[in-house]
Amino acid sequence: MKFGVVRFPGSNCDDDALHAVADVLAPEGATGQILWHKEHELDGCDVIILPGGFSYGDYLRAGAMAAHSPIMGAVRAFAERGGPVLAICNGFQIACEAGLLEGALTRNASLHFECRDVNLRVEGRPTPFTGAIPAGRILRMSIAHAEGRYVHHDPERLEKEGLVVFRYVTADGAAAPAANPNGSVANIAGVTNARGNVVGLMPHPERAVEHLLGEGGEDGRRLFESVLAAARGTPARVGA
Amino acid sequence: MIVKVYVTLKKGVLDPQGQAVQKTLARTGFEEVADVRIGKYIELDVPDGTTTARVEDMCRYLLANTVIEDFRVEGVGRP
Repeated sequence: MKFGVVRFPGSNCDDDALHAVADVLAPEGATGQILWHKEHELDGCDVIILPGGFSYGDYLRAGAMAAHSPIMGAVRAFAERGGPVLAICNGFQIACEAGLLEGALTRNASLHFECRDVNLRVEGRPTPFTGAIPAGRILRMSIAHAEGRYVHHDPERLEKEGLVVFRYVTADGAAAPAANPNGSVANIAGVTNARGNVVGLMPHPERAVEHLLGEGGEDGRRLFESVLAAARGTPARVGA
Repeated sequence: MIVKVYVTLKKGVLDPQGQAVQKTLARTGFEEVADVRIGKYIELDVPDGTTTARVEDMCRYLLANTVIEDFRVEGVGRP
């Protein structure tokens, strides 16, 4: 299964994402390549990752310009065909700006650049990236963003339709205000689209794929394992 | 001609920058300021005769994120 990581000018988590799939998950059958933002094709990739960073300097709004870059036409067509897309941090902002996901991401309520580990509860409908993770599982990952406050005019509907796939929670799983690092509505950390094939989240799963790196251990790895399991047609639980 | 575009956060969307500015004003002798909302001002140099509809297309396409922002166009001669 080939992962394509889009490199926009200003992406800076692209190599981390590529490392997560092409190196760490190579034993599980993953390969990967970088896709330059000026390309118009996805080179046969089976999964697309929109990585974190500061695309086009995030001028005007985070992700605004990147959402209209040449490759996004191909990414949109891929998503419309049901292809799995994982949008991380700046990638999440780009996916919202491009209309691949509902809502918008704007300045953290604290006005601070928030850089810390958070607890995420997996919920909502199964997606390629969460389908093999038991619902209710709490994953630990890092965040690093200034514009991660998720805004949506009708979060109740998102919730009802199962489109909220990650929520900021306390260590014991409560979606309390204290666990919300950026003021996101309803503690929403990640969402999916109606079809369930595009997933966006502010935290960084690609930074939590090896025990050597950080407190999150391998929790982020579960998202990539999940999509690999989905491709193999084995919806086995991962990370049990 | 120069067209002016104002982009502002929709009513009800939290503006933490505005809040920080309001607090500073209140703390430094401008207590009468009840609220501050911060937006963007954009000037576009476009050919004479450019229509409002054309500029509004630019706003919806790129200049504003209509999920959280409103926009207002000024200085266009034609509808």
